[in-house]
Amino acid sequence: MNAENTANPKFAAPKITVKDLNFYYGNFRALKDINLSIAEKMVTAFIGPSGCGKSTLLRTFNRMYQLYPKQRASGEILLDGANILDKKQDLNMLRAKVGMVFQKPTPFPMSIYDNIAFGVKLYESLGKNEMDERVEWALRKAALWTEAKDKLKQSGTGLSGGQQQRLCIARAIAVKPQVLLLDEPTSALDPISTAHIEKLIDELKEDFTIVIVTHNMQQAARVSDYTAYMYLGDLIEFGDTSTVFTNPKRKETEDYITGRFG
Amino acid sequence: MNILNLYARRRIVNALGLAVSMLAMAFGLFWLIWILWTLLEHGLPALAPVVFTQMTPPPGSDGGLLNAIAGSLAMSLVGVLIGTPIGILAGTYLAEFGQRGWLAPVTRFINDVLLSAPSIVIGLFVYEIYVVHVRHFSGWAGALALAIIVIPIVIRTTENMLRLVPTTLREAAAALGAPQWKIINYVTLRAARAGIITGVMLAVARISGETAPLLFTALNNQFWSSDMDQPMANLPVVIFQFAMSPYEDWQKLAWAGALLITFSVLTLNILARVLFRQKSASH
Repeated sequence: MNAENTANPKFAAPKITVKDLNFYYGNFRALKDINLSIAEKMVTAFIGPSGCGKSTLLRTFNRMYQLYPKQRASGEILLDGANILDKKQDLNMLRAKVGMVFQKPTPFPMSIYDNIAFGVKLYESLGKNEMDERVEWALRKAALWTEAKDKLKQSGTGLSGGQQQRLCIARAIAVKPQVLLLDEPTSALDPISTAHIEKLIDELKEDFTIVIVTHNMQQAARVSDYTAYMYLGDLIEFGDTSTVFTNPKRKETEDYITGRFG
Repeated sequence: MNILNLYARRRIVNALGLAVSMLAMAFGLFWLIWILWTLLEHGLPALAPVVFTQMTPPPGSDGGLLNAIAGSLAMSLVGVLIGTPIGILAGTYLAEFGQRGWLAPVTRFINDVLLSAPSIVIGLFVYEIYVVHVRHFSGWAGALALAIIVIPIVIRTTENMLRLVPTTLREAAAALGAPQWKIINYVTLRAARAGIITGVMLAVARISGETAPLLFTALNNQFWSSDMDQPMANLPVVIFQFAMSPYEDWQKLAWAGALLITFSVLTLNILARVLFRQKSASH
């Protein structure tokens, strides 16, 4: 890959720096020598056709692949300068710093309150009042408080799809992570819920570094500050969202975002 | 015209398919209802209060099934109490840790064999390893045989139900940094709870009618016995013995016992469903 095309946009503080990252599903090489940086307290979007490796890349940031024996990564991913791919990296501490929200809402089979308290209890032993405050804080941040405050004891699975997804966001931020990974967070939601979540992303970037994978190019254009276009495991282009969408350097990127392909 | 023909054909095929399915259902229900009807017809008249207050009688005198009911309850309870934890733990191992290595596939295979083993073999096995050594039949031996029947059923349903829990739920818990034991305890087992309880219920239903494993282990006891270390009366063996006998009063008691077993299993199943539905709705 030509270095100028994927050269990182200039920004002051990279939160995450990926160096020569390769990823394998068994013998299949799904990511090829990826190099990029994620800016702190900004929204970075990964776009590209299905199978291009954008979710795979996202899932290396919290080492989600570790759940599966045949998946492995090589190279370096520096989070605040420390390599998280290092064997000595404590997985639970990494995931306390890097939260994740998935494509399908995944409320746990417990009350709304316990859904949020579950993650917090893993790292902090809060008293009842402090926990109440934390739950309220997280639900307010996720714009779910007014809808959920009267049914905190009810099951999280009883909420609507959009509410469930906001519950999952609340659950992720309740742990107070530094980075929030969003893996196609709105693809299972209706347009109104999607608009809610996008507005939320805009507010959340004040406190968190956000990386979002999306199939929806308009969404990437709306919510992100930086955009990476990937294809077949290669990072094709990475830059300011406005540049990538209005003045892409590479023809492949242009073809994809103008809908001529993909 | 062609399209109309096609449409008409689809309707006919649909009607035929529906009719065949309804017939199959009616065929199945027919025998079930006949069995229940026969049970009610013969069992209800025999179901006098003395059935619940008196011991199994010698032929020709009055009596009930109290000792057999109590024995069945005690042995089934102990069997389930032994078998359920082992089954749930093993099933959890197979579903949550069984992706790598050779132990899980081997365990799964042996469990399948055990699941389809004739229950008389299990009775003989417990006879051989336990009854022969202590030199007498006992309630404990019966409970042990029943536990061995419970284990593979609970293992199988636990594993299947845990596998139905979406991977994304596990990933979501892992993404919060939860260690695996917490993911399993608080997320996946909870999500599969309904199915696992159903599996235990199925196991209870299965063992409450088992006769063969008890013949060689608990045997029978004509008197009240609260000592699990003694031979113990139980409904299936009493039914077996009384129904085969030439005495009419014994046969009547056998019908009463059969009715009791069938309807307690039925009630148990309905109760489990109703209780569970309320819980999952309100939770």
